[in-house]
Amino acid sequence: MKKILTSVPLKRRSLLKAGGALIINFNFQKASFGQNQSLLAGPPDPEQIDSWIAIHQDNSATVFIGFAELGQGCSTALLQVAAEELDLSMTQVSTIGLDTHITPNQGGTYSSSAMRVGGPQIQRAAAEARQALLQMAATQLQVEADSLQVENGIISSTRNNALSTSYGELIGNRQFNLAFTGNAPVKSPDDYKLVGTPYPRNDFPLKAKGIYRYIQHVRLPNMLHGRIVRPRGQGAYKDGVQVTGINEDSIVSIPGARVLRQNNFVGVVAQTEWDAVKAAQQLEVSWEQPGSLPGNESLFERMEKGMTNERVAVEEGDVSAFNTAFARSEFKAHGPYQAHVPFAPNCAVADVSQNSALVMCSSQDIYNTRTSIANLLGMDTEQVRVQFHDGAGTFGHSCWDDVAQAAALMSSMAGQPVRVQFMRWDEHGWDTYGPAHIGKTRISADSNGKLVSYEYEGWQHHWSLIETSEQTAKGTPAAEWPPFPAQQINPRTLGGMYDIPNRYLLNHHVPGLDYLKGAWLRSPVDLSFSFVSEQAIDDLAFQLGMDPWQFRQQNISEYHWLGVLNAAAEAANWQSRPAAENLSNASIVRGRGIGVGTHLASYGGAVAEIEVNKRSGEVKVLHLYGAIDAGLVVNTSNVENQIIGQLVQTASRMLLEEVTFNKTNVTSLDWASYPILRFEQCPEITPIIVQRLNEAPSGAGEEVMAAAAAAIANAFFDATGKRMTMYPFTPERVRETLAG
Amino acid sequence: MTSLTINGVSIEVQAGDDTPLLYVLSDELQLQGPRFGCGLAQCGSCSILVDGVETRACVTPIASLKDKAITTLEGISAFYAAQTGLASVPQTTPVQDALVEEQALQCGYCYNGMIIKATELLLNNADPSDAEIRSAMNGHLCRCGTYPKIISAIKKASRTIQLARQSAGDSSMEGVV
Ligand code: FES
Ligand code: FES
Repeated sequence: MKKILTSVPLKRRSLLKAGGALIINFNFQKASFGQNQSLLAGPPDPEQIDSWIAIHQDNSATVFIGFAELGQGCSTALLQVAAEELDLSMTQVSTIGLDTHITPNQGGTYSSSAMRVGGPQIQRAAAEARQALLQMAATQLQVEADSLQVENGIISSTRNNALSTSYGELIGNRQFNLAFTGNAPVKSPDDYKLVGTPYPRNDFPLKAKGIYRYIQHVRLPNMLHGRIVRPRGQGAYKDGVQVTGINEDSIVSIPGARVLRQNNFVGVVAQTEWDAVKAAQQLEVSWEQPGSLPGNESLFERMEKGMTNERVAVEEGDVSAFNTAFARSEFKAHGPYQAHVPFAPNCAVADVSQNSALVMCSSQDIYNTRTSIANLLGMDTEQVRVQFHDGAGTFGHSCWDDVAQAAALMSSMAGQPVRVQFMRWDEHGWDTYGPAHIGKTRISADSNGKLVSYEYEGWQHHWSLIETSEQTAKGTPAAEWPPFPAQQINPRTLGGMYDIPNRYLLNHHVPGLDYLKGAWLRSPVDLSFSFVSEQAIDDLAFQLGMDPWQFRQQNISEYHWLGVLNAAAEAANWQSRPAAENLSNASIVRGRGIGVGTHLASYGGAVAEIEVNKRSGEVKVLHLYGAIDAGLVVNTSNVENQIIGQLVQTASRMLLEEVTFNKTNVTSLDWASYPILRFEQCPEITPIIVQRLNEAPSGAGEEVMAAAAAAIANAFFDATGKRMTMYPFTPERVRETLAG
Repeated sequence: MTSLTINGVSIEVQAGDDTPLLYVLSDELQLQGPRFGCGLAQCGSCSILVDGVETRACVTPIASLKDKAITTLEGISAFYAAQTGLASVPQTTPVQDALVEEQALQCGYCYNGMIIKATELLLNNADPSDAEIRSAMNGHLCRCGTYPKIISAIKKASRTIQLARQSAGDSSMEGVV
C-alpha cells in the first residue's frame, strides 16, 4: 500500500501537466499508453480525492472512473454526475480509460453497478472537491465560503461580482492532498441542471465516423497476430481440451506461421492476420472428445435426476395453505442455455516480457483479470498491468477473460506482443453461457383473488471459475464459483413483488462440471424464473376470471412495483378483460400479456402484443412496452436506449436463442445456427422510465427483461389458450404445444 | 502485388490474391471502418461498397476486385457527395448525422455495416417505407438491439436527403447537408 501511495501521485502529475489536451473523450489511453515503467501498480488509494478527480489549469477536470464503458453510456452519465456537483459544463469534464495503474478499483462493471455504485461515489467525491475549492476561494478572496457561487468553474461572490477566481487558478495542475471523507453535502435534486437530462453520449460522433478505437483496433509495434486452436464447440466443462496430436508441418505453406503450445493450450501466430486465420484453420490437431455432455434432449432429465445441493432461499409462513386454497396453479417449465455472443468476437493484445506484462482487453473487471493473468504467468500482480478498451456490447461474461489469457500466454511464448481475436466459432462455441434452468412452482389464491401461498423450486448450475485458456495451459481443474445467492434463484423476481403470507423458495444447485461452461448473461436466469413464475400467476388470474393486470395490482402494495406495472399497462392502453377470452379458429391469432420482474435491484413491468401463426408455428412479437424504475435516472436518453436494447434482446431470447449441443460438443457456432433477432422481426418498442429524482440510482441495464419475457409468454396464452413450457418459441415447439 | 482502388485512391497491396479484402483493409491498411464480425458473410460488420453495391469484405478475395471502385466508411462522405452531386464533401453524411441525433447507438460496433447499407439504400430509394428499410437492412445484425432507433434514423436521413435534392433542383445543394 505504501508503494502505491508514493507512486500514484507521479502519474497524476504527468497527467496534470497535460492539461485537458491529451484527454480526448476516452481515447486518451489509446493514444498515449505504452508501458510506462515509471508508473507502479494501482489501484490508487480510494480514500484520496486525488484518486477520483484532477482539476486542470484551464478549468477542466478529469474524472477517474472505475467502470467499464460497455456501450451503455455509463461514462457520459457518470461525467454528468461529476459535472453537476462541480458546477462545470459537460465540455469541461472528461475521463480516461480503465487502467489498473490509474483508475480506482470500484469493483467490476456488472449487475448494473455503474450507476448504482459508481454514481454515489463520484457524486460524493465531486461534492467534496467543490467544497475544498470553495474554501480555498474564500481564503483567497477573503470572504465567507457560503457567499460564493460557481458557474463553469468560475467562483464569484454573490455580493460583489468583481471578486472572483476559478478552479484552475486555485488548484490547476496541483493536487488536493485531501482525504475523501464522503461528508460534503451533495446538491438537492431540485437544483439539478445536468442530472436527469438526456445529455448526448460523448462517444457517438466518433463511432458514427468510424474513428473510435475499439480493442479490435489496438495495435502494438512488432506485434504478431494470433488465433487459438480448439475443437469447434466446447464439450463438458470438466473435460476441457485434450490434445492427442499436432502436425506442425500442416502449416509450413504459410510463411512465418508458428504453433505455440503449452500443454493442451494450442495457438498459432503469424505476421499478418489472414495468415494467422489460415494457419488456425489449416493446422491439423487431433483431440480426445469424451462425449460426456447430456445433449439437448437429455439435459433437463440429467439436471433434475442427478445429485444436487439444496438451499432454502426464502421460508415465510406455511405453504401447506396451498392444499386448501380456492384457486391453485402448478406449473413447471424450462429455460435453455443462451449465449452472450457479442457482435464482434472478443479480442486482446498482450505484451509480456520477463518481468512485466501489459494486457489490453475488454474485461468488465480489470483488477480481477490482473490477478488471473498474474497467476497464469507466475508473476506478482504488481507486475501485470491491465487496460480496458471496449469492444462490442458483451452483456455479461463472454470470452473477454479467456481471450486476455490466451493473448498473455501467446505473447509470453512468442516473446513479442501478440493480438488475439476469437473467430466467430470460438466466441459462439467457447462462451460461458447463461445457464439452463428448470423451474417448478405452486401458487394459490383465495376466492377474492388474494395470493395465499407461493412455492418455487429451481435447478441450475453456478458460474464457471476457471477460463479455458488457464484450464488447458496449466491443467487447472474446472471449478465453479462458490455458491453465491446471486447465482441461484432470485427471490425478487420469484414472487418478491407480491404480498404473499406464505412463501418457500428452494434452490437445487446442479454441480456444473458435467455441463457447459456458465456465467452471468444479462439479467442472469431471470428470464427463466419469470417465464415460470409469472405464467403461474397469470394462470391464477385466468382461473378466477380476472383481468391479469388487475389481479397483479390487487396483490402488490409496494409503490415501485405498482408504478412499473401500471406504467406499462397504461402505455399499452390495456383494456380490462380476462386472458384467452377471444380465442378464435383463425390460423393467425393475436394476444397480449403482462408481467413484472427484475434482477437484483430496480423494478420492471412490461406488456407484450404478439401474433401466432398456428399453422406454421411462427410467433411474431408486434409491440413491447417496458417500464423501469431505477431510482434516479441520470441520463434519460441512455436509459431509454437501455430499455429498447433489453426489450429487443428479450424478444430475441424468447423467440430464437438456444445453444445446441450433442454429447461431444456445442453445435451452435455462428449466426445461422444460433440466430438472433433481425430488423424484419423487430417489434415496435415503447420504453418507459419511471423517474425518481429523490431516490438513489439503482441500475437500468437489465431490469425489464424478466418482465418482458413473462409478458410474451402470457400473450401466447392469451392468443392460443395454451401455455409454452420451454423457450425459445421455435415453430416446432409452438406446433407441438398447440397440438398437445 | 495487387492494385486496388479504395476511396478513390489506387493502392498496391502486399497481400496474396486469395486474401479476403477485409484483412487488407483492417490489417495491412489499418482502416477502422470495415471490421471483423463473423468472417462468414452473416453479420454485415465488414461491409463496404463495390461499385456502389454493399459487399461483404470478409468473403471477397482481392483478386476479384482489381478493376472495381471500393468505398469504405472512411470514404463514405466523398462517395455520397459524388453520387448526389454536392459541390463539396461534407464531414459526415445525413445517415451518420441522423444516427447521432437520434442517439441510435449502444456499443456502435455494428455501425460500419449499418451506415454502408443505409447509404446504399437511400441512394437507390430516397424515400423508403418502413418495410423497405427493414428488408434492406435485414442482413445486418445488431446484438445490442438498436434496430428501432436505426430505423428512425434512416427515416430522418431520408428526409434530409429529399430536402437536399429538392433544393438542389431549385438552385445549389451547398450547405444543405
Ligand atoms: S464479418 Fe463479414 S459479414 Fe460478418
Ligand atoms: S450497437 Fe452494439 S452491435 Fe449494434
